[in-house]
Amino acid sequence: MSKKTSTLPNMLLALVVIAVVAAGALAAVYALTKDPIEKEQQRVRQEAIQKVLPNFKGEIKPESILAFQGDKQEITVNLAYNADGSLFGAAVETYTDKAFDGRFTIMVGFDAEGNTIGTSVIKASETPGLGDKIKTDEFAGQFKNKDKKINPKASQFALKVVKDGGEVDAITAATISSRAFCDAVNRAAKGYDEVLKKKGVTK
Amino acid sequence: MKKLKILTNGILKENPTFVLVLGMCPTLGVTTSAFNGLGMGVATMFVLILSNMLISLLKNFIPDRVRIPAFIVVIATFVSIVDLLIKGFVPSLGDSLGLFIPLIVVNCIVLGRAEAFASKNGVFDSILDGIGMGVGFTLSLTLIGAVREILGSGAIFGHAFLPASTNILVFVLAPGAFIVLGLLMALIRHIQQPK
Repeated sequence: MSKKTSTLPNMLLALVVIAVVAAGALAAVYALTKDPIEKEQQRVRQEAIQKVLPNFKGEIKPESILAFQGDKQEITVNLAYNADGSLFGAAVETYTDKAFDGRFTIMVGFDAEGNTIGTSVIKASETPGLGDKIKTDEFAGQFKNKDKKINPKASQFALKVVKDGGEVDAITAATISSRAFCDAVNRAAKGYDEVLKKKGVTK
Repeated sequence: MKKLKILTNGILKENPTFVLVLGMCPTLGVTTSAFNGLGMGVATMFVLILSNMLISLLKNFIPDRVRIPAFIVVIATFVSIVDLLIKGFVPSLGDSLGLFIPLIVVNCIVLGRAEAFASKNGVFDSILDGIGMGVGFTLSLTLIGAVREILGSGAIFGHAFLPASTNILVFVLAPGAFIVLGLLMALIRHIQQPK
């Protein structure tokens, strides 16, 4: 086959054919991978709940709520009930828009009194080598067993990095990511509070 | 002999990073550690080989004047397919490479080789060129990543061997990427220079 010359019909034909084939291939692959990708996200979510509520075996009931006024998106409070119907705590899927690179999503586990149990990063695209250290135990471990009494003056859960007068050691050279992480945890705590208030449960 | 030359061309003589100086955005952006460099390199190599192959097959069908948009669409489609397939069927690989795959679309090595090599050569030679360039890119990125990781984090492939107090933070940050790239480039030019 000799090389096609650059006449208008030839150019149109080539581009249209390539675009149509590309669109068709993408649509087919998208349809093929849609279910596995969704299942995978479901699995990641389940694993995150397991991780932040390690000793919990019972029923999970998800609730969506707008944590702070002015938030653009609701967070999911997965209320965790023991087999006897009493409240065990909650795994809250929360997010922050204050991150260094877009938004990140984390899961935060709380006990029935509202103290944190642990955290797990679900989705984050922070700078490799700096901000992505939010995934390390060294940083995230600080969020185990934090309670509201840490800052008695605050009316609500308000974790801050040391630089801002708080109690969380920020990651070196990633203060923005560290602040964002605190923001996400605070949002989770507020959402949990609101859900309990709505349900009339007292902690 | 000629085939071997095409294969080794990308590794030293026309190394995409140090000699052609192509694809600087991912090179500077992701090489904060040796493993990240390796991951980006391997992902790029994979796309490079397949896009080279496809474009050398299509070269007679695409008129010259519209070749760039045609190549871009082919490459972008390809990267998206690879991205979806990995996320869907090999999620563990997606966890470690997920960040890098969409970046390949904007990597001008892929387009550069499509334009400079695959559109003028046969399928087999184009595949060899893709392998050679891919290996060259992978080696350079791993090297830059290793140097930055050693100086900046006191570790290699995640294994720390220096105390944190000796870490030089600037090498993990963007300026460190430019410094390391510049020095390595000078070193390689020096080695290649005929005495």
